[in-house]
Amino acid sequence: MKLLLEHAHVEGIRYYDTYRKNGGYRSVEKAFKMTPDEIVEEVKKSGLRGRGGAGFPTGMKWSFLAKPEGVPRHLVCNADESEPGTFKDRYLMEFLPHLLIEGLIVSSFALGSHATYIYIRGEYAWIVDILEQAIGEAKNNGWLGKNILNSGFDCEIYVQRGGGAYICGEETALIESLEGKRGNPRIKPPFPAIQGVWMRPTVVNNVETLAAVVPIINNGGEEYAKIGVGRSTGTKLLSVCGNVKKPGIYEIDMTQTVEEFIFSDEYCGGIANGKRLKACIPGGSSVPILPANLLLKTAKGEARYMNYESLSDGGFATGSMMGSGGFIVMDEDQCVVRHTMTLARFYNHESCGQCSPCREGTGWMYKILKNIEYGKGKLSDIDLLWDIQRKIEGNTICPLGDAAAWPVAAAIRHFRDEFEWHVNNPDEAQNRNFGLAHYADPIHIPAGA
Amino acid sequence: MSEQTPKFKVTIDNITVEVAPGTTILNAARMIGGDVTPPAMCYYSKLEGSGGKCRTCLVEVSKGSEKDPRPMPKLVASCRTTVMDGMEVKNITSDKVLDARKGVVEMLLVNHPLDCPVCDQAGECHLQDLSYEHGASTTRYEFDRRTFEKEDLGDYISLHMTRCILCYRCVYTAEQLTQKREHGVLDRGDHAAISTLLGKSLDNEFIGNVIDVCPVGALTDKTFRFKNRVWFTKPVDAHCDCKTCGGKARLWMRGDEVFRVTARKDQWGEVEEWICNDCRFHKKSAKDWVIEGPSKISRHSVISQGHYVGVKKQPVLIDKVIGKDPKMLLDIHSVSDVNRPEVELSKIAGPAHSDDFKNTGK
Repeated sequence: MKLLLEHAHVEGIRYYDTYRKNGGYRSVEKAFKMTPDEIVEEVKKSGLRGRGGAGFPTGMKWSFLAKPEGVPRHLVCNADESEPGTFKDRYLMEFLPHLLIEGLIVSSFALGSHATYIYIRGEYAWIVDILEQAIGEAKNNGWLGKNILNSGFDCEIYVQRGGGAYICGEETALIESLEGKRGNPRIKPPFPAIQGVWMRPTVVNNVETLAAVVPIINNGGEEYAKIGVGRSTGTKLLSVCGNVKKPGIYEIDMTQTVEEFIFSDEYCGGIANGKRLKACIPGGSSVPILPANLLLKTAKGEARYMNYESLSDGGFATGSMMGSGGFIVMDEDQCVVRHTMTLARFYNHESCGQCSPCREGTGWMYKILKNIEYGKGKLSDIDLLWDIQRKIEGNTICPLGDAAAWPVAAAIRHFRDEFEWHVNNPDEAQNRNFGLAHYADPIHIPAGA
Repeated sequence: MSEQTPKFKVTIDNITVEVAPGTTILNAARMIGGDVTPPAMCYYSKLEGSGGKCRTCLVEVSKGSEKDPRPMPKLVASCRTTVMDGMEVKNITSDKVLDARKGVVEMLLVNHPLDCPVCDQAGECHLQDLSYEHGASTTRYEFDRRTFEKEDLGDYISLHMTRCILCYRCVYTAEQLTQKREHGVLDRGDHAAISTLLGKSLDNEFIGNVIDVCPVGALTDKTFRFKNRVWFTKPVDAHCDCKTCGGKARLWMRGDEVFRVTARKDQWGEVEEWICNDCRFHKKSAKDWVIEGPSKISRHSVISQGHYVGVKKQPVLIDKVIGKDPKMLLDIHSVSDVNRPEVELSKIAGPAHSDDFKNTGK
C-alpha cells in the first residue's frame, strides 16, 4: 500500500513538470473548491494522527487553532528531524519536495496561514536547496504567491534552517528558534494553537503529517480512514536501520505484524548475517526498547502489529510506542548497556539546560552508564539509575526529559541481568563488547557467554 | 460600590483561600503562607516570564476545577499554573510531591560545588535553605563536578559560574530593567553558562540588581567580597535622595561601618524596589544615608541570630527577694560578721572601694 511514496521512483519526480504529470497538485485544485472548514473536517474524518512521535490526532489539533479577528495565523512545518534512527522526513523532502509543498498549500488554506514556514534542521543543508528550488517552481507555476488559482488566497512558504539542536524539534522550542531566540521550550499553557510564533496562533506539524494531507484531500477522508486498523489510519513511513538485511524507508498500512515486517522479504528481509533478533526500538530512540519475545508477541501472547495501539499494548511495562517510526533492530551481538550509554550521551548533549532534573539528570545517567560499560560500575548503580530516571520522568518542562528517561528505564526493566553481568564481569564485558544473547529467540546462550 | 470581581476558591493542603482569577497556585499558597508555600528557586514575582525552570515548586493537582474535576496527570509547576475555581492542590500532603522535590534538590546539588564556607551568599542562600528543608543529608553523586573558566564581569559583579543553578533570573532582570542586555545563557545542557559575549563587562546603572535576584552565590558583590559574613552584620533600612532610583535600601552595618548595600527584600526573599548601582556600590558611608531602623528579618534566618522577633519575653519571676534588688540574690551581709552589713553593696556604683566602708558606721 503506497500513498506517499507512490511516485517516489519516477525519474525526475523532484522537478515540477514530472510531478505535475504524475497527478501532482490535484489536491490543491480540489481543496480550493472547498471551504477551509470542510478541509479540516475531512482531515478529522481521516483519523490522521501526528507522525512526529506523539500521535495526536491532526484534525483535532487543527480545530484547536484560535482564530481571533485581525491576528495572522501561521502553519509551521516541523522538518527538524533529529531523533536518532528516524530519517523518513529527509527521504520525503529529498525525493518528493513537491508533495510536501502541495500538502503545505492545502493545509495553509485550511488554517488560513498566509506565511507558512518550514523549519528544517541545519544538517539537512542540501535539502534546503531542493526545497527552495521546488518552492521557486511552484511559485512560477502559480501555486504560491498572491491570489492562488484566482481564489483570492495568498500564501508564501519560507524555509528556515535550524542550528542543529535536537531540542528544536519540540514544537515550542522550534517556535522560539524560528523567532530567532535561544531554542528553549516554552512552558505550556499557553499552547501554540493560542500563542505560537510571534504570539500568534500557530499549528506545528510534522513533514509526513502534512504530506499525508494530500492523499486525504485527493481520495477523501473516509476513504483514507479505511486504510489501516482501528485508530491507526492511513499509511506510515518507517525508517528501518540496524541489523536487518534491507534497511531503508518503508511505507506500511499498519496491518502487518512485527514479525512479518522484520522477517518478510517484502520489508526488512530478516536479520543480517544469519544472526538472531535480540531487541528492537520500534519508534525512534526515545521510546522504550523491547526484547525479542515482547516485540513479536504482546504480554497476553497475541501477535504484535505495526500500529499505534498494538505497539503500545501493555503500557511501558511490556510495550513500547509507535513514536516517529525510527525502527532500530538489534541482533544478538549488540550490547544493550553500550547502546543505552550512547543514547544517554545523546540526551545529555542535547538537553537544553533549562529545567534542573533534565539538565543535571541526563549528565548523571550518562556518567553512571559510562562507568558500567567500562567496567567500573557497582550493582547499586543500577538502582541509582532507576531512581534518577524516575525523578526526571514527568517532572520536566518538555518531553525531552521523558525521552531521556524512558530508554534507560526500559533497558533496565527488560535487560537488568545484562547490566548486572556487566558489573560482575567487567573484563569480559570489555573484551567481548556485546552483552548477553539469551534474549534472542529461541533462547540459547552461545559458547563463551 | 465597585463591581464585585468573581473570586476563585482554591484548596491547598486542605486550606481554602479565595483568590482573583489568573493567580498562580504559588501566589495563592503564599497568601496562606507557612509550610504550605512551595519553595521557588527560579520564580520571581517581579520578573515577567520567570519561573517554571527549577521544578522545586512542583505540586500535585488532585482536582482540576469544579467544572472538570479530573486530576492533572503530572505534577505541575505551581509558579506557572493558574488556579481554577474549585481546584484542589496537594503540596506537603502529597508523598509524590515531596519525593519529586527531594529529587529536584538532589539534581540541583549534583553540580553545585557546596563551597558554602567560602561563599559570600552563605546565610542568605536560597539553595542552602532549600536543601536544608527538602534535601537529603548525603549525595549519591560520585563524579567530578562541572567547572568553568573564570569570567570577569567588570569591577562590581563577580561571577562564580560553578555555583549557578541556571534560574535565568538575572537574564530576565537585565532584559526588563536595562535597555540593553549584555549577558545571557551560552551553550546548553549541563555545560550551559551565564556569560557575556566576548567578555564584556556589565555596566548598566541598574545591573547591580542581578546580585539581589541571584538565589545562590553565583553573582556576588565585588565591593563586599570576603569582607564579612552576612550574619555578623546588622541589617538596617535606610533611604537617600537618589535621582535614579527610589533610594530605599538596606544597609548591612557593623558598628558605624556600612559593609554592603542591597535592596530591601520581602519575606519571600524578593526585592521590593530596585536600586541603582550608585546607591549599591558607592554610598558606603553611614553619612550618605538616613537610617530608618533595623530591618525585619525572618527569625528562622541565621542573620537574625540573637534578636528574635516575635518571641515572648519571659516574665521576671523573682521581683523583689527579701527586700533587695533581685540581682543580689544572696545577701552576704547576713552571714558575715567581718563585713559591714549596714553598707548595701548593691547601692555602690561601680567596683567597691575601701572608702565606701570607711566613713560609715562605727
